[in-house]
Amino acid sequence: MIASTLSQLSMRAEDALLPVAIALPVGAMLLALCLGGRWTERIAVAFMPIGVSIAGAVAYVVWRDQRPLVYFIGGWAPPLGVAIRADGVAAAMLLTSALIASAAGLFACDVFRVKPGEKENRAHLGFWTLLLAIWAALNCVFVGWDLFSIYVGLEMLTFAAVPLVCLKGQKETFVAAMRYLLFALLGSVLYLLGATLVYAAYGSLDIGILAQKIQPEAAAWIALGAMTAGLLAKTALFPLHIWLPPAHAGAAPPASAILSALVVKGSFFVVVRLWLTLAPVQMSEAPAELLAILGSVAIFAGSVLALRQERLKLMIAYSTVAQIGYLFLMFPLAIGQHPWASAAWSGGALQAISHAFAKAAMFLSAGLIVDVVGHDRLSGLRGLGRLAPQPVLIFALAGMSLMGLPPSGGFNAKWLLMSASVQSGHWALALVMAVGGLLTAAYLYRVIAPALAPAENAPAESASTPTPKASSRGAALSLALALAAILLGFAPPELASLLAVGAPAATIERIE
Amino acid sequence: MNAVTLAGLAGAALIGMGLFGLVTHSHILRKIVAFNVIGSGVFLLFGAVARRGAASGLNADPVPQALVITGIVVAFSATALAVALLLRYFKEVGSPFLADDPGAGASQPDHERP
Repeated sequence: MIASTLSQLSMRAEDALLPVAIALPVGAMLLALCLGGRWTERIAVAFMPIGVSIAGAVAYVVWRDQRPLVYFIGGWAPPLGVAIRADGVAAAMLLTSALIASAAGLFACDVFRVKPGEKENRAHLGFWTLLLAIWAALNCVFVGWDLFSIYVGLEMLTFAAVPLVCLKGQKETFVAAMRYLLFALLGSVLYLLGATLVYAAYGSLDIGILAQKIQPEAAAWIALGAMTAGLLAKTALFPLHIWLPPAHAGAAPPASAILSALVVKGSFFVVVRLWLTLAPVQMSEAPAELLAILGSVAIFAGSVLALRQERLKLMIAYSTVAQIGYLFLMFPLAIGQHPWASAAWSGGALQAISHAFAKAAMFLSAGLIVDVVGHDRLSGLRGLGRLAPQPVLIFALAGMSLMGLPPSGGFNAKWLLMSASVQSGHWALALVMAVGGLLTAAYLYRVIAPALAPAENAPAESASTPTPKASSRGAALSLALALAAILLGFAPPELASLLAVGAPAATIERIE
Repeated sequence: MNAVTLAGLAGAALIGMGLFGLVTHSHILRKIVAFNVIGSGVFLLFGAVARRGAASGLNADPVPQALVITGIVVAFSATALAVALLLRYFKEVGSPFLADDPGAGASQPDHERP
C-alpha cells in the first residue's frame, strides 16, 4: 500500500495540471469576492492568461503523449479514490472555454468596469466572480471522471449561470432566470437520482470502472434515463428548450456569449460521456437514435422559430436551439467500432467547438450592433453595413461557420458528420443537416441582406452625430473569435489526432 | 419487508410526489418546496443504498453517506439561490407565479440605449 502510494506521489509534473485547472479559478473567484471593488476585474483579467496557458498545456501534453492525462486525488486510485482525467475532447473543450471566457471577459471590461469616482454595484462584482465560477465549473465538468464530481461541477455551473442571466436587473430577465433555474434544478435532481441508482446497482461512480460493469438491465436503464433527462433539461434540447431563448437573449452581450457558447456545452459533454463512454454499445444504440431524432426536430424547430423572430438577440438564441440539435446528431454515428465512428466523433467535437466560437462572436457583434443603432429590432437594421461595417462583417463571418459554408469549422464539422451518416446508412440525418444549413442561411440572410442594403432615408444623417460607442477593442475581440471559427476549417491534422485521444472508437482500434 | 426496502420505497414515493408537485403547481415557492421533496427522496434512497452496503458487502457503506452530505449542501445552496431569486422576482414582477409566455418576443427587453 505504501509503495503504491509512493509511486503515485512520484507522478509527473504534468499530472498536476488537472487539479490546478480546477483549483486556480476557484481560488481566483474567492479572492475576487473577498477583495471586491476594482480588484474583481483585475483578478479576473490577471487569471485569463494563466487559465489559457493551463488549458493549452493540458492539450499539448495529451496530444504529445497520445493518451489521456489522469490524476488521482490524494494519490488514491479508483475504486478507493477519485480520478480526474482529460482525454482529447476534454482537453480541446478546456482550451475552447478558456479562450472564449477570456475573450468575452475582455469584451466585458467596457460593460462591467467600476469607473473612477463611481461606486461599485452588484453587477460589477457579480460578473467577474461569476465568470471565474463558470470557468472553474466547466473545467470540473470536462475533466471529471466520476459521476459525482461531474454532478458538483454541473451544480456550480448552474449556480453561476443563472445569476448571469439577470445581472442587468430588468424585469424580463428575472422571469427568464427563474424559468432557467427551475429547469436546471429539476435537471440536477434527476441527475443525482440516476447517480444514486448507478451506485446502488454497481457500487462505483468511476466512469472507467462503470464502463466495464454496466449491463443493459432495468437498473441501468432507469439510472441512465433519469440522468439523461436531467442533462437534456440543462442542455435545452428540444422539447426542453423553452427556457433558453429568453435567458440567453436577455443577458448582457458578454454574458450571452458565455451562456450560449459554453454553458450548454457542459451538460452536453456529460451526455456524450454517458452514452458513448459509459454505456455498452448494445445498450446505447436505441437511445442514440432517439437523441438524434430529438436533435433533428430541434434543428427544424429552432431554425423556423429563429426565422420568425423580430429581434436580433432572440434570433441568435433560437439559432443556439437549432445548433444544439446538430450536436446530438453525432450519437448514432459515433457508436461502436465502425470505420465512420471516429469521423463522427471528431465531427461532433468540432461542431461543439466551432459553434462555441461562432456563437460567442455573433452575440458579441450583436452587442456592438445594439451599441451603434440603439435597439435590436431586425426591421431597423437597414443600411447598417455603412453605419457599422465591422460588426456586420463579424456577424457574417460567424454566420458562415454556423451555416457550414467552407472554409470554416462549421463546414468541417458538418462534412464529417454528413459523410459518417452517409457511410452508416443514416440518410435521413444527412438530409436533416442539408435542410438545416439552408434554414440557417435563411435566418441569417434576414440580418445580412438589410444590413448591406443602402439606407433608404434619414438614419445616415442621425448617425452622423458621434455614435461609435462600439469600441475598437470589442470589435477586435469578436473578430478574433469569428476568425477562430473560420480558421478551424484549416485545422491541422494535429487537432484530429488530439480529438481521437480517448475516443471510444479509437481506443478499440489501438487495442486491435 | 425489511427496513431498507421500506426506506427505499419511501424515497421513491417522495420522488414521485415531488415530481408531481413540481409539474402541477404554478406557484414558484411550491415548486421550490417540491424540488426539496424530490431531493429528500433521493437522499433517503442514498441511505437505503448505504445500508445495503452495495459496494463491498460491508454492514454499511460510508461512501453514500459522504455523498449525501455533499448533496444536502448543494440542495441547500440551490434552495437559497432559488428563494433569493424568487424574492427579487416578486419585487419586480409582482406575482409569485411563473409568467405563461415562454419565449414570447413581447416579453423581451427592448435593448434601447439609455
